[in-house]
Order: sequence, then C-alpha cells, then structure tokens
Amino acid sequence: MGNLNFRPLWRYEDAFIEGILNTLWLTVIAAGIGLIIAIACAAILRSGPKLLRYPVLGYIELIRNTPPIIQIFIVFFVFPGFGIRLPPFTAASIALALYFGAYAAEIIRSGLDSIPRSQVEAGHCLGISGFQVFMHVVLPPALRNIYPSITSQFVLLLLGTSIASQISAEELFHTAGVVESRTFRSFEIYALIAGIYVCLVMAFRVFFAALGRLAFRWPTRR
Amino acid sequence: MALVEINNVHKSFGAVEVLKDVSLSVEEGEIVTIIGRSGSGKSTLLRCINALEPINSGRITIEGQQVAAGMRNLKELRQRVGIVFQAFNLFPHLKVERNITLAPTLTGRVSKREARALALECLTKVGLAEKIDAFPEQLSGGQQQRVAIARCLAMRPHLMLFDEVTSALDPELVGEVLKVMEDMARQGMTMILVTHEMNFARNVASKIVFMHQGRVWEEGPPSKLFTNPQTPELKAFIGSTRHN
Ligand SMILES: Nc1ncnc2c1ncn2[C@@H]1O[C@H](COP(=O)(O)OP(=O)(O)OP(=O)(O)O)[C@@H](O)[C@H]1O
Ligand SMILES: [Mg+2]
Repeated sequence: MGNLNFRPLWRYEDAFIEGILNTLWLTVIAAGIGLIIAIACAAILRSGPKLLRYPVLGYIELIRNTPPIIQIFIVFFVFPGFGIRLPPFTAASIALALYFGAYAAEIIRSGLDSIPRSQVEAGHCLGISGFQVFMHVVLPPALRNIYPSITSQFVLLLLGTSIASQISAEELFHTAGVVESRTFRSFEIYALIAGIYVCLVMAFRVFFAALGRLAFRWPTRR
Repeated sequence: MALVEINNVHKSFGAVEVLKDVSLSVEEGEIVTIIGRSGSGKSTLLRCINALEPINSGRITIEGQQVAAGMRNLKELRQRVGIVFQAFNLFPHLKVERNITLAPTLTGRVSKREARALALECLTKVGLAEKIDAFPEQLSGGQQQRVAIARCLAMRPHLMLFDEVTSALDPELVGEVLKVMEDMARQGMTMILVTHEMNFARNVASKIVFMHQGRVWEEGPPSKLFTNPQTPELKAFIGSTRHN
C-alpha cells in the first residue's frame, strides 16, 4: 500500500460532484414517486376495491421477490420492445421508484394497520369523505409510527442507486467506473466513493431526524 | 313528525340477533336516555342511527330522511348527527383547535379564517377556551371528552348521540362532562344517550328507554319508570344500580 495516491483523482472533481448530484437526484425522484405509489398501494390494500387489490399484491410480490438489477434491466431493455424507449437515467428512476414503492407499501400498510378502527369511525362520524379521513386522520399518525422503517428503506434506496450504473445512468458509481478506466487507481477510487456514500447516508440521517422532529410534534402516550 | 323514527328494526351480527323489533321515536328537543344491562344492544342501536352499522330490516328516519348504510347523503346526514363515544376518539396529532375545525373546514362550512373563531365559540360552550392550542394528550379525560363534544357542536348538529361518555372517566371528572350535557339539554338540543348515571337520567331525561335482550322492554318518563317499573326485569335492573 506504499503507493496510495489520490492526487490523480483531483482532475475528476467535477465528474465526482456531478455523480453525487445525480445519485441524490435519482434517490429523491425514486423515493418521491415511490412514496406516492406506496401510499396508494397501501390504501388500496386496506380499503380499496377488491378488483384492484390483486394487481397491487402482484406488483408488490413481483418486486420483492426479484433482484433489483433485473428490474432495471427490464425497464431499460425490455420496454423498448414495446415501443417505450427511455434514456438510462429515466429508466433507472422508474425502476427504482417501483422498487422503493413495493417495499415502502408494505411498511406503510403496517403503519395504517397500527391506527385503531375507532379513529376511522370518529372521522366518518364527522361527515367527511373516506378520502379525507384517510389523508387527515389515518395517514399522519401512521407515517409517524413507521418513520424509522421508512427512513431505513430510504437509505437502502440511496445505496441501491449504484446499480443504475449497469445501464450507464451517470450516477456516482458509474462515475467511479469511468474514472477508473482512465486512471487505473481502483483502490483509491472505491475508497473515495465508499467514503462519499457514508457521508451522504449520515447527512440524510441527520436530515431525517430533524424532519421527524419538525413533522411529528404532537405528544404521545408512554 | 318526530325527529328520529325507529320502526321495527332488526339487527344481527352473524347468527346473533342483537336488536329485535326495536321501535322508538324521538321528538325535537327531547332527551332520551337508554338504560339496560351490558350486551342489551344499547350501543348497537346508537350506531345504527348514524349508519355506522347497517340494519337487517325495519326503518330508521331522521328528519324524514331514511338512514341506510350505503345512502347517497350519508355525509350530510352525519353532519346533522353528532356522536360522542366512551373513548373520546380525539385525533392525537391535531391540536384541539384543529380537532374541532377539521370537519367544518373540509366540508366547506367555514373558511380557514373563520375557523378559529368557531373553535373558540364551541370550546367556550364546554368551558375549555384556554385549551385551544393544546394537544389531546395534554388534557385530562374529562377535558378530552368535553373537546369531543365541542368537536360535534362545531358541525351544528340537530341531534346528538352519547354512548356512555362518562364511563371511562375517573369519578371526580364525571361531573364536568355531565354539566356540559345538561347545558346542551337546557338549550334545547335533541339528545339520545346511553348512560349508567341514573341520577342524571332521572333529572335530565324526558324519556327513559329500558332495553333488555335486544328489545325495548319498557319506556316512559323517568318519574313513571323509576318509581313504578312494570316488569320484573326493570325492577331488578333498578335494584342493581341503586347502590352505586
Ligand atoms: N361488531 C360486533 N360483532 C359481533 N357482535 C357484536 C358486535 N358489536 C356488538 N356485538 C354484540 O351485540 C350485543 C350487543 O352489544 P352492544 O355493544 O350493543 O351492547 P351494550 O348494551 O352497549 O352493552 P354495554 O353496556 O356493555 O356497552 C353483544 O352481545 C355484543 O357482543
Ligand atoms: Mg355499549
């Protein structure tokens, strides 16, 4: 290890920064869309029409029982066969949103189940719609109950974006591969980006802790 | 026409018939108190009145409108019928103000700007104006129950249902809730309430309904029912409550 040398990597500072930004962007897009998918799926499983429950269950099982790398390949390589041609970054966003959505749906479903039936009833008794009961009465405390699990899932998603490199979406891990092919400094490069991932995760943990304190301010029993 | 008409209602859970041919009418301004042993169907009857439970046969009408679980105007109906439960069921994540104004704002009765004034008005009626910015968890049981009543009042209901609203409270907190209900009664609110507070029933009710095994066993004004029960079941029930 006497010849560790990070200096050649400095030339690629801009590429790394762009990779970091793309990784963040990819994570945020996938988590945002995935969260909406997840809430919709969990709501359907809890009280949606029976006809919709089976496709939703099918989607969740399909995603949770296949490797995410295959999900990305399917969106990127198989969709074009049906006339849907997507740039790598878009394909990765869609695939990762579907991936995150399936896991988050299960988490949110358990959150919804943690809200007592009497709360739902109290909402209905006030003469507001079922959708309003869901959004205003059930969802906020449900999200609080599963907040730690959903943030862990978010971290897994952040780390998981690295597989988007396999379809050449230009995120951090892809950048590492490009720089490696030019500098042959494998160890330095992967040590560096491992460090970057650690920093990103820690930054998000700090952010989520603050967000949680801000969003869930009501006192609870025990 | 009576405000509430209940005609020959039957209600079963599976094979168990819980309400058997129940009929009852409640005039505007009347205070009807339902008493009876545990399991006699008191809560179920209240829940049928605002369609929380579907009935198997018979007919319930409120202000001339027939109540049914899947009815089109169910939301409007429930806006006219307030219900308060034993367990308060306040929304823990919302401050007292928002607990009260949630339904009025979501249904477009008041604007966001008028909402706080409405909350304050309803809280004043239950003597809790100073708790407008508290969370439910920061209140005593009696205070939570009064907020639950204020939450109903904010919808300006024509009818209030109370299901053993003091049963979960420590004895020293029962009085403050009963007082609020007395005030409402005095102001002419039509009320149907299930209670084990026999003194309250005697003093406030215009009509007592004794339920037994899913039937309306006896009904009449409190003076008549308590002093001169006609059935051995009611006699036994009154005897069993006298000592507490
Ligand atoms: N959701 C339900 N499913 C099945 N059975 C039920 C249900 N709700 C009530 N019952 C049954 O119906 C009967 C009447 O119940 P209800 O709650 O109306 O009695 P109650 O008079 O209010 O009693 P209490 O004084 O204990 O509150 C009971 O035998 C109860 O077990
Ligand atoms: Mg009951």
